[in-house]
Amino acid sequence: MKTGARRFPVRLDVRRGVVDMSHGSGGRAMAQLIGELFVEHLGNEYLYQGNDQAAFAVTGGRMVMSTDGYVISPLFFPGGDIGSLSVHGTVNDVAMAGAQPLYLSAGFILEEGLPLATLEAIVASMAAAAKAAGVPVVTGDTKVVEKGSGDGVFITTTGVGVVPEGVSISGDRARPGDAILINGSIGDHGVAIMSSRENLEFETAIESDSAALHTLVARMVEVAPGIRCLRDPTRGGLATTLNELAQQSHVGMNIREEAIPVAPAVSAACELLGLDPLYVANEGKLVCICPARDAGPLLEAMRSHPLGAEASVIGEVVEDADGFVQMETGFGGARVVDWLAGEQLPRIC
Amino acid sequence: MKYVDEFRQKALALKLATKIGDEVESGRQYNLMEFCGGHTHAIFRYGVQDLMPDNVRFVHGPGCPVCVLPIARIDNAIQLALEHGVTLCTYGDVLRVPAGDRRSLMKAKAEGADVRMVYSTQDALRIARENPGLQVVFFAIGFETTTPPTAVAVKQASAEGLRNFSVFCNHVLTPAAIQNILESPEIRDMGSVSIDGFFGPSHVSSIIGSQPYEFFAEEYQKPVVIAGFEPLDVMQSALMLIRQLNEGRFEVENEYTRVVSRHGNRKAKAIVADVLELRRHFEWRGLGTVPYSALRIKQDYAEFDTENRFELAPSSATDVKGCECPRILRGVKKPVDCKLFGTVCTPENPMGSCMVSSEGACAAYWSYGRFRGGADASRESAA
Repeated sequence: MKTGARRFPVRLDVRRGVVDMSHGSGGRAMAQLIGELFVEHLGNEYLYQGNDQAAFAVTGGRMVMSTDGYVISPLFFPGGDIGSLSVHGTVNDVAMAGAQPLYLSAGFILEEGLPLATLEAIVASMAAAAKAAGVPVVTGDTKVVEKGSGDGVFITTTGVGVVPEGVSISGDRARPGDAILINGSIGDHGVAIMSSRENLEFETAIESDSAALHTLVARMVEVAPGIRCLRDPTRGGLATTLNELAQQSHVGMNIREEAIPVAPAVSAACELLGLDPLYVANEGKLVCICPARDAGPLLEAMRSHPLGAEASVIGEVVEDADGFVQMETGFGGARVVDWLAGEQLPRIC
Repeated sequence: MKYVDEFRQKALALKLATKIGDEVESGRQYNLMEFCGGHTHAIFRYGVQDLMPDNVRFVHGPGCPVCVLPIARIDNAIQLALEHGVTLCTYGDVLRVPAGDRRSLMKAKAEGADVRMVYSTQDALRIARENPGLQVVFFAIGFETTTPPTAVAVKQASAEGLRNFSVFCNHVLTPAAIQNILESPEIRDMGSVSIDGFFGPSHVSSIIGSQPYEFFAEEYQKPVVIAGFEPLDVMQSALMLIRQLNEGRFEVENEYTRVVSRHGNRKAKAIVADVLELRRHFEWRGLGTVPYSALRIKQDYAEFDTENRFELAPSSATDVKGCECPRILRGVKKPVDCKLFGTVCTPENPMGSCMVSSEGACAAYWSYGRFRGGADASRESAA
């Protein structure tokens, strides 16, 4: 039953049709939407079985599981869309445990009136991202809400993965003396979203950095199995992630502004909008904390991977009962880098 | 970033720091007020205080547009959005400013009010043009820098006959506020606060020029240096102020010559003068009623004046008890002197306006941690 074409006499009109309430009713219309749109693109042996769940064999060792909801506006932005983002984001959350992501689930909340062509473009992008990452979407769900109760489409994905033997990565493991690394420039995603928001007349060539980081992580844990913390600095940016880790590990951090890569266009856009790149969201970045002796080999390994070409050691973990993150500014002064207050920009992921 | 990085160079900063260190007279205290929130932000963000000798202290002034906005005007804005059902457009920071009864525009939005954040008056005009069924109000705030765009928007609306657009004008004037600070009892009579010199506003002065400060430099015998918003501008201007004080001069000097002239932007001033006129008095948060310190829309454009179009009930809201924003805005107290600071009042849950904008003294203190123990705090309290 690879396609549902035979089951439904008239194919889904993807070109002109829109989502209506019947697509979430559990009846024939829903079955057709699933068969001719979701399974058509995401198709794999698990989905072809047509069950409400996916059954797969598990290996020994530790498994990790993570879930994330995606409500980004706009649905399509420079460098990605809600579909690819919903794969990358969850793959990354699983990978931040040092794990190899294996499977994804996807829940869709569709708003009545959403053009099927838009939905198809999103699902196709999701399928392409899943295929590129080698992590299939093996089960899913579709609901439809009345017009006005959603914003086109919301997606929730859940991922599972396995942690290689000997790897133990957690936000509470940073120790004074450890090195802090990042795999590249910060702020690209947030600025790309901002530039595509229609009420901001602002055009840049900046693309979101949205990417699946698990192959980079695999290379990193291979070189340095003793990595202590990994985290992707999404909402709240690098500043917030460092504060989270400092609080979880009961340590302080000293970072150097000059060592933190920021693309000139991002820097200029932030300047114009009064934003601080430290607080702007990323979707293809990771912060890594490791014993100081691992920093050299790790940096080399990261730089040899396409997603880590601009990797940099940005600072070190220090003893500090208050858990402050301090920064030596590029100007030569010092300041505390606090948590993000309020919101810089809503609905960025 | 060309034209910006040049003003943030570490090597130059260190050179200037040495020079300032050489020129300050030991045993003498230099209290320098930066009027503008833009300077406050730069000082904290780049850690400029660290590069200053111990006897040079920055006193943070009231020049943060959202900080001085009185509660009553925010209550009016909420009333416009909730009761009159208008589409209220304003700049981002305004949304979080606490109003009466712990309300804010952000909370009003959550209750269903149509409140929109815009980056310019042109966005508000566009919303009005595209939605003839909506009554669009631009909640105009800010000092002289943001005044010309508001005036232009009123003129455009008038020329286009855009009848569903109006401006709720809350523009305030810098020189009046500085004079008010210098007249405050703590400074004039009691002498309990000493402000030795002023960093003059940068963006504001690009519009009004350096000339308006000449009166009070002379009258109150305080040096003024118009300073750019980059950290090197602040340091160079501090050096110029220190030199004036050492030499017993009190002049208006201009460090920000790349933008500011003596007479400012004549074209912008003419547009403002065409559309707006002085209010007899205006209530400032922190400073109280200040005569001739704000602008309103002229009779010729009354049609586009929100206060003319809608009935606005006066608000009796008062500041939160214990909030020291008024004194902090005048430089009389520091954020750390306020009992609410960091306890119930934080950027996540601001009680006073100084905690809202990143240009507010309290938010800057909190976010960049100047208050947090260690050498810096003890140095400040010793000052």
